[in-house]
Amino acid sequence: MKNFAKTLREIARYPSAIIGLLIILALIVASIVVIVKIPYNEAITRWRGGEEIWGKNPRNVPPTWINWFRKDKLVETLHLFEEDEDVLVEEIVTDGGTPVKTVSFEFNYEYDTFPQDLVLYFTSTYESKQPFVSVKMITPNEDVIKIGNFAIGRTHTFPINQDTKLRRSLGGVVPVIGLFIEKGDETQTPIKGVYKLQVEMITFEEGSSAQAEFVMTGQVFGWAGTDHMRRDLTLPLLWGTPIALAFGLVASLGTTILTMFIAAIGTWHGGLVDGIIQRVTEINMVLPFLPILIMIGTFYSRSIWVILGATIALSIFGGGIKAFRATFMQIKESTYIEAAKAYGAKDSRLIFRYLIPRIVPWLLPSLVSSVPAYVFLEASLALLGIGDPVLPTWGKTINEAYANAALYRGWYYWIIEPAALLMITGLAFAMLGFALDRIFNPRLRGM
Amino acid sequence: MTEKTLLQVENLKLYFKASKGVVQAVDGVDFTLPANKAVVVIGESGCGKSSMAKALLRLLPRNVGEYSGKVILNGVDTMAMDDEKYRTNVRWVKMSMVPQAAMNALNPVMRVGDQVAEPMIVHNGVDKAAALEQAKIMFQRVGVPVDFINRYAFELSGGMRQRVAIAMSLVTVPELVILDEPTSALDVLTQANIMNLLKQIKKEIATSFILITHDISTSSELADNVVVMYAGQIVEVSDNHRFFTSPLHPYSEKLMASVPRLRSKIEPDFITGQPPSLIDPPKGCRFAARCKKRFDKCDQEPPTVTVDGHLVKCWLYA
Repeated sequence: MKNFAKTLREIARYPSAIIGLLIILALIVASIVVIVKIPYNEAITRWRGGEEIWGKNPRNVPPTWINWFRKDKLVETLHLFEEDEDVLVEEIVTDGGTPVKTVSFEFNYEYDTFPQDLVLYFTSTYESKQPFVSVKMITPNEDVIKIGNFAIGRTHTFPINQDTKLRRSLGGVVPVIGLFIEKGDETQTPIKGVYKLQVEMITFEEGSSAQAEFVMTGQVFGWAGTDHMRRDLTLPLLWGTPIALAFGLVASLGTTILTMFIAAIGTWHGGLVDGIIQRVTEINMVLPFLPILIMIGTFYSRSIWVILGATIALSIFGGGIKAFRATFMQIKESTYIEAAKAYGAKDSRLIFRYLIPRIVPWLLPSLVSSVPAYVFLEASLALLGIGDPVLPTWGKTINEAYANAALYRGWYYWIIEPAALLMITGLAFAMLGFALDRIFNPRLRGM
Repeated sequence: MTEKTLLQVENLKLYFKASKGVVQAVDGVDFTLPANKAVVVIGESGCGKSSMAKALLRLLPRNVGEYSGKVILNGVDTMAMDDEKYRTNVRWVKMSMVPQAAMNALNPVMRVGDQVAEPMIVHNGVDKAAALEQAKIMFQRVGVPVDFINRYAFELSGGMRQRVAIAMSLVTVPELVILDEPTSALDVLTQANIMNLLKQIKKEIATSFILITHDISTSSELADNVVVMYAGQIVEVSDNHRFFTSPLHPYSEKLMASVPRLRSKIEPDFITGQPPSLIDPPKGCRFAARCKKRFDKCDQEPPTVTVDGHLVKCWLYA
């Protein structure tokens, strides 16, 4: 414990290590929170869900925060329910005894562009007579634009933008634009101010009721934007964190430690054992790593855990064996090993208590530094199309962006966000790893 | 009075395979060691002293060419045991060693107390706490402050490390301790300290020592018997008094003459020439080429003869 505190103090002398450590800690905390808040099954079901989950989001829009850096503000997505504060609900009964519910969706429109879509969703209950709805928009200039009158079913979707009648009445301009400009304005500059979308719902039966919900899908959405299936990218970005960390750490730990043990056993016993390990390593080093993984992904399973296992299995007998062997050979010949042999320590005791502890100072930094390589490997595999088909990961996000020509179409956020997360993760581990290397190998400090 | 024989070595051979040929490092060594005695093995560098120690403890390198002979310890031929039996029954139980360069014989990543406790844990099956208690007792005995048990080897001075190595060799109370140049890297004061410590231990515990050294003056303090090795063979076995006053073998004489003396005008002598190659040792007496008393018979293998109860391998006495 004292040594641990000492190591921490030592680490604190390197600012890069502190930054690296903080980022790693933040990533770990984020991972835990994500796993607790959005459990695995929920994440997968949501991610693989279709219109019923994501339908009310805009398609392929960047995150909201890009508005902070823009002069012409992009329309934010608006999702209003009757229960919301800004929504005024008035219920009256006409002289004829018909109940009329007026719902006014009020919103402040301070943008320089137009929304992607305007949709009204209705739900209602009735026996045989459908409720009747009339919709109008009151612009900041107090103009009243009639949008439509229609009867609604038990669930009803009214896509305002696709209403041809409205389009005609707006002079042939698509409603998402036409509703927000002066009629006949050629420059198409939106009028800023408070708009009111008024929905009048008339029910004709005792106990019949109707609710409205208004969605204005904008040009920006959430913290991460959306993809081609209107899915919120925060989900894969958040869930990608624990997956990337788990893959990187497990692969790095598994490979390094197994490699070390195998090298130690081989070096210790020498002769045939060492020979076999060395030959297996040499053959394995010649085998192409990536194509084998691609083959496994194509023919066997694309599960991330299978790929992880294959990665570890293929990496164990790698260059690490040779490097560890060189060091172990040196340690093996030291006097204290001979002394331990002389007092009759067993082979296993010699390997675990005498040989391996000497390699730890070398092991720790390399372990930390090799994490990014495996994080990137997972992303590369996903990019090559053999990522896990179920899990949302950073690599898969990039892969989907690439498949949808995101860069060509200017959807930069789609690639930059996961790429930035990958880079930050890699950077954090690299910074910590380099500092650890300097702490454990003081000879490097002079360099 | 017949003494109880602790160790009897018969025709012990240890050859190494090297790229140039077979190195006959230990070539047919015979000697006996009575219980609770100290025998000093002296000889030049490369005469096979340390190899003999390794052969006794079966610490063999990979390139062994031949390893044969008999090592009879308390009437049991240890050479007949398999490795596992040898490891559990002989090493450190009966026979322990303070290795050459004992300064480096301590694991750098282990506390010295744990290090001393290790043989107890390995052999006596005691738990760590009990072994550490024993280690503390050993620390006291060898004169290392008890609170040093939590230190690492690099935090100790050379003499301290040497004492720790000795404590480690004694912790299981073996019958025989082989000390392979235990004082070679130490200053004279520390050397004297260590030798005194060994003498004291020899008195306190009924343990035999084989002290391997090329330092004749320090060895004289501890030795009961002296074994002189030359080119992989034993050329003289003598007792302490006899050897230091009048050695028999011409090589022993030269060795004694090379020791500087404090209150005498005699200049230290040296031995001309080089020790012979052990890959292709000369026929006949191996010392012949450097011997001033050489005569015709020396071209033939000399017999081992007994002179006044001492063994010497030389034609002069045949």
